Amino acid sequence: MCGTCGCGSDSNGPVISKPRENEHVHLHSHDEHHHNHHSRSHHEHHHDGHSHAHPEHTHTHNSHSHDHKHKVLEIEQDILQNNQILAARNRGYFEAKNIFALNLVSSPGSGKTSLLERTLADLKDEIPFYVIEGDQQTLNDANRIDALKIPVVQINTGKGCHLESDMVYDAVKELEMKDNSILMIENVGNLVCPSMFDLGESKRVVIISTTEGEDKPIKYPDMFHTSDICIINKIDLLPYVNIDVQKLKDYALQVNPKLKFFEVSATNGDGMDAWYKWLKSIK
Amino acid sequence: MLHTFFSDLYHTFSFYIFCNFESITILKEMHELSIALGIVKIAEDETKKANAKKVSKIELEIGVLAGVEIDSLNFVWSSAVEETVLEHAEKEIIVIEGKGKCIDCDTEFYMENIYDCCPKCGSNFKGILKGKELKVKSLEVI
Repeated sequence: MCGTCGCGSDSNGPVISKPRENEHVHLHSHDEHHHNHHSRSHHEHHHDGHSHAHPEHTHTHNSHSHDHKHKVLEIEQDILQNNQILAARNRGYFEAKNIFALNLVSSPGSGKTSLLERTLADLKDEIPFYVIEGDQQTLNDANRIDALKIPVVQINTGKGCHLESDMVYDAVKELEMKDNSILMIENVGNLVCPSMFDLGESKRVVIISTTEGEDKPIKYPDMFHTSDICIINKIDLLPYVNIDVQKLKDYALQVNPKLKFFEVSATNGDGMDAWYKWLKSIK
Repeated sequence: MLHTFFSDLYHTFSFYIFCNFESITILKEMHELSIALGIVKIAEDETKKANAKKVSKIELEIGVLAGVEIDSLNFVWSSAVEETVLEHAEKEIIVIEGKGKCIDCDTEFYMENIYDCCPKCGSNFKGILKGKELKVKSLEVI
């Protein structure tokens, strides 16, 4: 349990930590957390205020009783507006510092972390990298990146199934990034929920492996629709798996005709050169 | 409804469903809960601004291409609005149909899925005219 605010593993709010450091940051601005505290404090406030502010209340009631009975507020407000506002702030910060941010999304087990590890190991002398790792639990992925001596921050979302822009906003503060670098944000392994949450990234990269079905793009269309790049990983397994890569690409293009593909094996390095060339070209 | 809900969840979260039988854990695995909490925040803020006590009715607009399962949203609703201004509010969801316009031949057509192609020329290049809406249209406060 966190000694500062009392929220711990049972509160399930997102937590930000760095490898080799014991301190961690709880995100108080996260919706779920905010909602719990807010609703409670709102109630207390309401009860407190009732007795003290009684004369004022009566006055307001008398003069406005008819208008206030039932009031319709035509607000037309986008539900994801809060997330989009903070995403825009993140994006502005990245652009000002010429940081290219990639949001890596995929199902669990498609090889996001392995792809990231290999990319960082091969390019870290040429490009300054920073990494934000998103997982429900554990520092395992951040430790893998930390072993490569790349600055990394882990966000544990607890019960949350995706990263939101406020978590990235807080994580970025921990990274103290230099200008002209690349920020890799590895989202929670989940092909559904992260598609709706803009983090302020420059490009979204969806990773799919050859051990998954070729019809995944039409089964989970939102993710493929919102991505810019599609990396097909584990091509070294093609002789052993029953998948038609062209068909997978056709399905993906049906959902998003603008997708750009890379076919790679993060294990043996096949196809990684094209991906590296692209990364260097965006720098 | 429950059947669809669980079969949708199955592919993505089968691991958690097998490991955690508590229903609340499964609920929290969905982005619909984040959406519901977003709605609660908007309602709390607007009610406060209007000096009202609670919401008696809320109207939501959700497009069929918005990526939100309305069944799932209904499922998480009661736990999300508990102890908030929305607790006893009537909820009306206005479903907005999906409509696209083909970039190649200008045909306008109705869409059920984000990957629907132009029925006239078969092109996958289209602009989405409507169906991505996800907003709180109005609140009736007292």
